[in-house]
Amino acid sequence: MNRHLSQRLGFSLLTLIAIITVVPIISVIVYIFLQGSPAISREFLLAVPRSGMREGGIFPAIIGTFYLTIGTAIFSVPLGIAAAIYLSEYAPDNAWTRIIRLAIINLAGIPSVVYGLFGLGLFVLFLKFGTSILAASLTLSIMTLPVIISTSEEALRAVPQSFRTVSVSLGATRWQTIRRIVLPQGLPGILTGVILGLERAAGETAPILFTGAAFFLPRLPGSIFDATMALPYHLFVISTQVPEMPIQIQYGTALVLLIFVLGMNLIATVIRSRARARRQW
Amino acid sequence: MNKLVIENLSLQYADGTESLSNINMDIAKNAITVLFGPAGGGKSTLLRCINRLNDLTDVETMSGRIMMDGEDILNPATDTIALRRKVGMVFARPVVLPMSIRKNLTYGLELAGEKRKSKLEEAVERSLKLAAIWDEVKDRLEEPAIALSGGQQQRICLARSLAQQPEVILLDEPTSGLDPISTGKVEAALQELKKDYTIILVPHSVQQAARTADYAAFFLQGELVEYGNGDELFTNPQEQRTEDYVTGRFG
Repeated sequence: MNRHLSQRLGFSLLTLIAIITVVPIISVIVYIFLQGSPAISREFLLAVPRSGMREGGIFPAIIGTFYLTIGTAIFSVPLGIAAAIYLSEYAPDNAWTRIIRLAIINLAGIPSVVYGLFGLGLFVLFLKFGTSILAASLTLSIMTLPVIISTSEEALRAVPQSFRTVSVSLGATRWQTIRRIVLPQGLPGILTGVILGLERAAGETAPILFTGAAFFLPRLPGSIFDATMALPYHLFVISTQVPEMPIQIQYGTALVLLIFVLGMNLIATVIRSRARARRQW
Repeated sequence: MNKLVIENLSLQYADGTESLSNINMDIAKNAITVLFGPAGGGKSTLLRCINRLNDLTDVETMSGRIMMDGEDILNPATDTIALRRKVGMVFARPVVLPMSIRKNLTYGLELAGEKRKSKLEEAVERSLKLAAIWDEVKDRLEEPAIALSGGQQQRICLARSLAQQPEVILLDEPTSGLDPISTGKVEAALQELKKDYTIILVPHSVQQAARTADYAAFFLQGELVEYGNGDELFTNPQEQRTEDYVTGRFG
């Protein structure tokens, strides 16, 4: 076969495959948008559910997901970034470090429902936090940590080694070098990783199922020891557990969750592209 | 007058690349001492001993002493931070830090705790003038240093090491990536600087070595083959291996 012909065939094939991967994503988004947007109203967003969730709004679930995301960030972001700094800047290449890395990789591969069970055992029962925002946030944090650690570590490693050498040669300590050069330069990458990690946490159902999610709680949680409604779990409930549920409300809820998650994704994309434009290396 | 006295210095890296074997050398104050020879001879390794930058590398074994003003800087108890403020370094590839020209110059001083605006201001102007780049950048000090050309960046790097008023300046092939005009500017700056500083230069060519050297040391595979007055060493080398290298028979 002619070389040009085979090249064109190859490219066409790759284009086709690319289109095949994009089509389902776009159609899901468009479909949910079309089905869900009629449900969106002031009341739907800002009222509590009524009549066995068949009427009213999803305000407690929106706020609940917001709280859980913030709670997850509070625990997982400082810990994750600290771990990434350690692994990238301080950890020697030895058996101990390799075990830590192995643990992180394995942590990323554990099914989310297993995190849920673990959270139930440790936070809800053993530490007696009860089914609460606190327990759910901690459970989501553990699930999010591997994502934050590995993306942050990668972002820090991407900062050129020569900056570190120069900084040290000018009389900087290791920590000064990290504080003034490595962290600021790696920050956009770290933020991207953090947002992607939190986005995953915001959309998860299984980890909060046993640890903090309320089936029906038509008020806002009063403290971190209260259970809360949350968008993904609410969606599960109204889609499978409530008979004669208006389909509009289901898709409306799905749409709100999707916008929440895609919105975070958009922020991450903006941060990344802005940083790339301003990068000085 | 000797600024540095190197005694029986031997070093080996863990990965087996480059090494130094039993180097003995006195390095004069207010002069340019050139370390030259083919790649892998140990020149950079020696430079990195003098500001203890080798601490960041995997050094397998090291023995001997480097006396600076009577104190052994290889002593583990040496304050490396203070040492590196006294021993500035310029690298082969110009590495400006990702910040403005001004911030690049004040970086070291600010780390050392200098907060007085007037002091910082004074250091910026003085060091830029010494590095012969003041006229080119004085109106754009707030711009990112990366926007400058390679030759300008390298002089910024030289100025940056001068800003801390070091006593010794180490230059590791500082002009290897520069055009002849920029190279000329850097070399001219060095000739001025040696009045006040001790300069140790790894040149990027034998020609540059011959042009700049007050004293020259020929390194071959970790060994100091010959060391002496620059003019004599390049016109009338004592060792056959030096002559072969200087005349271009190998290397």
